[in-house]
Parts: sequence; structure tokens; C-alpha cells
Amino acid sequence: MNLLTIEGVWKNFHGHSVLRGIDLEVRPHEVVSLIGASGSGKSTLLRCVNLLETVDDGTILLEGRDVTDPRVNVDEVRQRLGIVFQAFNLFPHMTVLDNITLAPRQVHKVPRERAEEEAHALLTRFGLAHKATSYPDQLSGGQQQRVAIIRALATQPRLMLLDEVTSALDPMLVVEVLEIIRELKQSGMTMILTTHEMGFCRDISDTVCFLDGGVLLEKGPPEKIFSDPDEPRTRDFLRSVLEARRL
Amino acid sequence: MTDMPAGPVWVKSERQVERERVRRARARRSASIATASTVVFVVLAVWVVTQSPGWPRVQDTFFNPEHFARALPDVVSGFWLNVKIFLFAEPLILLVGLLVALVRSTRTAALFPVRALATLYVDTFRGVPTLLVIYMVGFGLPALRLQGIPTDLTTLGVIALTLSYGAYVAEVFRSGIESVHPSQVAAARSLGLSHGKTMRFVVLPQATRRVVPPLLNDFISLQKDTALVSTLGVLEALRQAQIYASGKFNYTAYLVAALLFILLTIPMARFTDYLAERTRRRRGA
Repeated sequence: MNLLTIEGVWKNFHGHSVLRGIDLEVRPHEVVSLIGASGSGKSTLLRCVNLLETVDDGTILLEGRDVTDPRVNVDEVRQRLGIVFQAFNLFPHMTVLDNITLAPRQVHKVPRERAEEEAHALLTRFGLAHKATSYPDQLSGGQQQRVAIIRALATQPRLMLLDEVTSALDPMLVVEVLEIIRELKQSGMTMILTTHEMGFCRDISDTVCFLDGGVLLEKGPPEKIFSDPDEPRTRDFLRSVLEARRL
Repeated sequence: MTDMPAGPVWVKSERQVERERVRRARARRSASIATASTVVFVVLAVWVVTQSPGWPRVQDTFFNPEHFARALPDVVSGFWLNVKIFLFAEPLILLVGLLVALVRSTRTAALFPVRALATLYVDTFRGVPTLLVIYMVGFGLPALRLQGIPTDLTTLGVIALTLSYGAYVAEVFRSGIESVHPSQVAAARSLGLSHGKTMRFVVLPQATRRVVPPLLNDFISLQKDTALVSTLGVLEALRQAQIYASGKFNYTAYLVAALLFILLTIPMARFTDYLAERTRRRRGA
């Protein structure tokens, strides 16, 4: 069974359609990348899956259950998902440890001691054990984003949504964040990510989706999309990204 | 720093030494100009006041040392009541303000009547002058002769000040809540936290930190507005000064009261500045 099934999803903002009938299926342990120009609807699609946005039409099924049903408990749905934002969005008034243990303790009712133990284990696994008592503004951008990923992981989500997680980082720091994502894939985590890092995307994805003006124009394995796309729009997009890289 | 990378060692250049000499000379010059202009201003101000035709009269009625000493004990004892009113009213105001702000930020349908009431409360009590609120609560409430309504004038004064200031403080809290970026709420909600828990653990802690300076400003204002309770006949500092002044035909007692209020508000004002400065520095860092 699919972990996530998106069927005919539409989303409008101020009379302008940002998503126009998106269909997408994600199997367990699959890594799906969404690529496309800014404004193509990648981030909005992730926010719809997370119910941060309400869809205007279509359905989203998470483990076979319709989460777009207005009677559904949104908090319960979000407990099974982890999302990481471009701008980290760590809680500035809390230490790294408190950022990570907030949801396990308050939402999943894990006792403090066990929550902190698990947080320490995650911090050690991702090389941040020495930062547990630091505040977010004492960390580099790369460290903040790693903490944000750990914070999402701490609730043991079934699906991780990564929204341009490296776009706000300088090239030196991008690597350390990408390493984490690579490790997550190895541990079997199901992920949907939006990215502008084409090399990384090609390397990590099982499926690459090209979005253009709110339409999922083309979908396939990375070898196919990056070497021999069917759609001329996909080819144009990839060429312009490569050219920008060369400048 | 033992692991500094090897490289050039800094020796101050001639040019830099000269630059620093010029800067020091300029700093010295502006300091002496500031001192001189202050002295000139103070001398001039004192001269203008003391040379005015009515000065001897004013000096005797407002700045009489003998009356100052005689009025001091009564006014000071009255002033303790002002401090007490302030200390009782302040926590109540914070509580009312926070509750009203929280109610106004809810979205639950069932709470609509409470929300409407909170809005009505803020609109009303921000619009009515504090003095009128004190009159209405002080003289109106006891006139209802309802069971359980306090008749003690000081208590009524505290209630009136709480009602009036609670409305202001509610708006301060609300602006603080709204100043927390929506992305913080998105991050909390996406972790599965409910609206209430998001408020309690993520929004409010950040909001209260931001509103401390404006809140302290309202407290300073409240400290002096405790004098308005004198209109109910409560024997606080201003009332004591009035009694002294009308008995002795000398207004020095008012000066005593004014000095006491200043002594209370100045430390608070400096503390507010300090906190605002600290917040600014933190944000810069």
C-alpha cells in the first residue's frame, strides 16, 4: 500500500491556482524529490500534505486514510509527519534539547528522562552532542538546520517533508545537512523533498517530479529525468539551472 | 587563543596612531562643549526663575523648608498606601490583561460570546478616563448594596485601576502575541502541538519577553495614577498633602508628594531603559 496518495489536488490563493490537479504516490521507504522554478507549487504541496494549507479540491490519503476530510483531527495527522523548513524555525527561547523534546513530551507523553535520553542519542548520531544546552542563535545555520531535522525526527514520523532545507545555507554548510538526509535514506525513512541542489537530488531520489505552474509535468527515476526528459519544459528548466551553476 | 593561524603580526601604523590622536582630541572637545552649554543653561534657568517678580511668594508657598519638614511624616505615611495600592493592583492587572488577550486570540466557535465580551471590555475601558472609572466603581458599586461587594474605598480604588489598566495591558499582550512570527506557530503546529500548547510553550514565552518594556511603561503610569484614588477620600499621599495645604495655606506638601512619586518612578524608568537596551543588544547579536 502507498504511504501517501495525492489525488487531483487543487490549491488557490487569491483567485490564482498554485496547484492544478496534482497526482502523486509515495511508497514506503521511497525518496521523492520535487523540482521546478520558484512559484511552481513545490512548497505549497508540502504544506498541503502537512495540513498547514487546506486543499481546495482533491484528496490526500496518508496510510489509506483521507486527511483532507474536515472532520479529521489535524494534530493527530501531524503527529505522524515531520516537516523541516527552509528557515529552520527553531524556537529561539529554548535550548537545543528543549526544542527537540518539546513535542515528544507534550504531544506523545514521553517522560522527560526518556525524551532527553532519545534526544541525546539523536544529537550524538548527528554530531551535535556538545550543543545540547546551546540556544539556536549560538549555532551556525547548518547546525540549526540539523537540529531542526532532529526535532522532526524525535517524534518518529512515518514521513518526512523537507522544504528547501539547504536554500538558506552557504555552500560550506550545505554538505553537512545533505549528509544527514543521505543517512536518513539509508535508515529507510520515507521522504518528500523540494530542492535546488540538482546533483544531490539525482543522487538521493528514487523518483523525481518536475512541477511547472502548479502542474506535475513529468515524473520518473532520476536517470531518466536528468538525462533524457520527455518534456521540453523540463529540459529548459534543467539547462537553465546548470547554466546558473556555471556562472 | 592558542590556535590562532600563523600569519602577519599587527604593529600599529603611523597613520593609525595619528587617526586615534585626532579622534581623542575631538572627543575631548565635544565633552567640554557639552559641559559648558549645560552650565550656561542651568545658570540661565535659575536666574530667570529667581528674578521673576513673584518668586519670593512662590518660594515661600511651594519651597518652604519648615513646612517641608512638618508635612513630610503625614505625606510619607499616606504614600505607603499608594505603594500598597500599586502592589495589589499590578498583579491583578497582569492577570486580567493576559486573560483578555488570550481570549481575544482564540478561534473556537463556542467561545464567541466571551470573545465579544473581551472586545467590548477593552473598547469601553480604554475609552473612559481613569478618573471616571474610579468615580463609577468607588461610588456606584457600593450603592448597589449587593452582597459581597466590598465597601472599603481602597479596595474599590484597586478594582477601578485594575479595570482601567487591564484594558491597556490586554492590548500590549495582544500586540506581543501577534508579533511572534507565523512561522513559529507553523513549526509548533506541524510537530502536532495543539493551539493551546503552541500558545503556552512557543508563542507566550516569546511574546512576554518582547512586551516587558511597554508593560513597565504602563506600570510607571499606574504608580502615579494611584493618586487618583484620593478623589474617593482615601488618605494616600495626595490626599494628605491636600489636607496639609488647606490647613496651613502652604503648598509645600504637594512638593513633598511630587518628590516621593518621582523617587518611586525614576528607578523604574531606568530599569525599563536597561531592559530595552538589553533586548536591542540581544537582537543585534
